[in-house]
Amino acid sequence: MNIEKTLDAKGLACPMPVVRTKKTIDDIESGQILEVIATDAGSKSDITAWTKSSGHELVDMKEEDGVFYFYIKKA
Amino acid sequence: MSERKKTNIILFSGDYDKVMAAYIIANGAAAYDHDVTIFHTFWGLNTLRKDEKLQPKKSFMEKMFAKMMPRGAEKMPLSKMQFLGMGPKMIKKVMKKHNAMPVSDLVDLAKEQDIKLLACTMTMDLLGLKKEELMDNIEYGGVAAYIADGEDGTINLFI
Repeated sequence: MNIEKTLDAKGLACPMPVVRTKKTIDDIESGQILEVIATDAGSKSDITAWTKSSGHELVDMKEEDGVFYFYIKKA
Repeated sequence: MSERKKTNIILFSGDYDKVMAAYIIANGAAAYDHDVTIFHTFWGLNTLRKDEKLQPKKSFMEKMFAKMMPRGAEKMPLSKMQFLGMGPKMIKKVMKKHNAMPVSDLVDLAKEQDIKLLACTMTMDLLGLKKEELMDNIEYGGVAAYIADGEDGTINLFI
């Protein structure tokens, strides 16, 4: 997977992971992949829901020791 | 691109926790690419109050109101567990620990995200709040301004 940009949102609380994700995805091109790393437990459903609603594609997601990794392909 | 959705929040309350909820929802909605309006009325207007002590010309009653109302969100009480001022101190400590943003930062973030901050002029008159006491770069309006945004809103909240 070719990651264009990584957003480190570790330690940030709601609503910041989604706000930052939205801001960062504006910086990449359509088809490119943004990696988001977050620790907020709510970000699992937040980022998933946001990606779906905004038309982007959640290519992959994993969780390791309470850290969430999201891979979002820009629409 | 499809038409943007709208989120409209009437912020009536002047409690720190309720204002926090309103601004978190507003900022979240803005990240969802909604056009967001927060219509501040009654006690919610104090969110927009500047921190500095200003002394515009006021009647006796207006001066009393000005004294009793908080200047800005950070001086607001909690809706529950106020404990004579200990409550807000405790919650701010817990918020810091959990990296939650203080309301004043959420207000700045809202401006950054182009959220429309609207002040209700009728209740400003009732509470004796003058434009120079409120933040710059906000808009003023009445019920019609809210309805105009609210009638095609996807999300409409009264907090």
